Amino acid sequence: MDEQGQQPGMGKGINPRLDGLGDADGQPLRQGHPNYPKAMRVQALLVATPILIGALIAEYLTPFPNFVIAGPIALILAGLVIFLPHRRYAARGYALSEDRLRVVRGIMFHTDTVVPFGRVQHIDVDRGPIERYYGLATLQLYTAGSHGDVVTLSGLSHEDALAMRETIRAHIKRESL
Amino acid sequence: MTENPGNAPVRQPESGAGDLVATAEADDALPQRTDPRTFVVQALQVVPRSILPLVAVAIAMRNEGVFGPLMIFGIVVVILAINMLFTFLRWWRQTYRVGESDIRLETGVLSRAARSVPYDRIQDVSLEQGFIPRLFGLTEVKFETGAGGSDEIKLAYLSNEEGARLRELVREMRDELDTPTTLSTTHAAEEAIASREEEAAPVLFSMGPKRLFVFGLFEFSLALVAFLGAAAQQFDFLLPFDIWDVKTWQGLLAGPGEQIAHLGLLGQIIGAVAAVVSLLVVGMLSGIVRTFLRDWDFRLERTSKGFRRRRGMFTRTDVVMPVHRVQAVQIATGVVRHRFGWKSLKLVSLAQDSGDSSHVVAPFARSEELTPILKVSGFPLPPRGLEWHRTAASFRVVSALFAVVGYAALAVGAAILALHLQDQRYSWLWVAALVLAGLSAFAAIRQLFLWRLERHALSPGHIYKRTGWLAPGYKIGDRVKLQSVSISRGPLGRLFGYVTLHLGLAGGYFAMAGLPRAEAEQLREALLASMVRTDFSRLVK
Repeated sequence: MDEQGQQPGMGKGINPRLDGLGDADGQPLRQGHPNYPKAMRVQALLVATPILIGALIAEYLTPFPNFVIAGPIALILAGLVIFLPHRRYAARGYALSEDRLRVVRGIMFHTDTVVPFGRVQHIDVDRGPIERYYGLATLQLYTAGSHGDVVTLSGLSHEDALAMRETIRAHIKRESL
Repeated sequence: MTENPGNAPVRQPESGAGDLVATAEADDALPQRTDPRTFVVQALQVVPRSILPLVAVAIAMRNEGVFGPLMIFGIVVVILAINMLFTFLRWWRQTYRVGESDIRLETGVLSRAARSVPYDRIQDVSLEQGFIPRLFGLTEVKFETGAGGSDEIKLAYLSNEEGARLRELVREMRDELDTPTTLSTTHAAEEAIASREEEAAPVLFSMGPKRLFVFGLFEFSLALVAFLGAAAQQFDFLLPFDIWDVKTWQGLLAGPGEQIAHLGLLGQIIGAVAAVVSLLVVGMLSGIVRTFLRDWDFRLERTSKGFRRRRGMFTRTDVVMPVHRVQAVQIATGVVRHRFGWKSLKLVSLAQDSGDSSHVVAPFARSEELTPILKVSGFPLPPRGLEWHRTAASFRVVSALFAVVGYAALAVGAAILALHLQDQRYSWLWVAALVLAGLSAFAAIRQLFLWRLERHALSPGHIYKRTGWLAPGYKIGDRVKLQSVSISRGPLGRLFGYVTLHLGLAGGYFAMAGLPRAEAEQLREALLASMVRTDFSRLVK
């Protein structure tokens, strides 16, 4: 579609669970990099650990029988760390077409956003320490709108994110001339 | 045009820092200070702010005997001197320069801050005249960049002429950057401005004193009452008696009050009515005063650059809103004023400036007065024969259920509590339960009406949303001037098959809740199809 000849993000698995979600462009949604759920799990672990420590301290300080506080909390946290990342991963997807990017996310609260490249003000490729370890990156598109002014797409491989940024930049440059 | 090369210096105004101007040569303009009178104005503005601390000092010193007044005088002089010194330093250290591609502002007494705003990022320049600056013929110039709030560049104060000149200059510079073919010289620009200023711009909407009076009646406000109450509490030490003491009042009312008390129930009713009536009168009066202060001599004109709105009695503001920067419009009304056919029109503009009602172009108007403004703004009223769609019935049922069950639960709770307490003093709980039950029924009826009335439609160029039941309004968006489209749904929406469509709007908010999913997706496709045809860079010009 552009001078690179190949659309970035190609070769990633097409998400069968999301495909039925009314895709009007006929463009199938793609999933993020397979490392993405692992990164999410590490992130969840980082959030869960202090909570668990807090629960253990509360357990120690209060006279309730053993594990009345820490037990349920530990169970919930384990669920969040072990099962949730994969479900979240499965609920996320994106589609890059000729002139727009579509980002789908959320299990309970589902959002499905489309940004035309012609409305993008600037583009960020962010990488946190965990993302760097797993070779991932987050693409952020900024628009002038008050609602949805930042469209965030996480879980891309770094090369994909850079390639997508180039595609979008080339499109903006071509259109604004 | 030929005698002026491309890098023509920006002509400096004669007023203000004249010695600096004289040395201005080619290249960028030299930095210059704001009008020297700024110092006087800012020093004067400090005085009201110093009164409260001075009063505090005076009260603290009231028992100091002969030296009291002397010391107070000394403290006053010192405080004022320090204020003057800092005001002067701030003025002295603040410079701005009008460059070839940007405006630069340097501020700060000890730590310096330099800020540059490129012309093509300036959405608009607005002029604001406070009461004291107005006496001196000064104005505050604000460069709106769309960043909003404190990030905007303000120049306080410039002379009126220089403010107007700077505004035109920025506009010309911006247009120059927009159209690279001709580098029109500043002189030519200024002549064009002069000729443009002379021709009278057509007035689209204006409000005379009579209209303002009617408007003020609808702007009923009890803020003044609340303010007086708060002030009384704050400064009660200045009052000769304790106003919060019931006994004092009983004593004061001993004369006429006793008689009223003896009148019994009838007297009490008369008293209550009198209290309510006086509250109403105060509320209406403060509404009228506020409206007169804010909207005095309101006029909206159609200039070559867009809408120009001037209003205000003591603080006169002068705002220009370029037509092509209008992103959406909103027609609103109130429950009471709707019965009398009054509406307001507000523009959603790319340049968001802080504070509400800042982009109101017609605060209190008849429908037929709005039509020409809407036509100029490029957001016409919905044409006949549009296909209007309702929200999903399931969305209304769910909303109604939530409201009804919520209020009903509260009503039952109040009733149970009243039964449980079995006390005369708590009989008001029954009233509360009754009111809550009424609210519960009202919520259900409201959702029924909203289902019938709230609709949306898509015309070839615009998207329309009709809102509200007792105070119906419209929101009109341009299909091309949207930034993104997003469909979201929560757990309930997932269960009952409705979604919310959020439209990314620069400087505003446009969402449609409770659409059936298939319809939301169709809408999104249609909107995106019209959005991708135009690039953003063409939208803002």
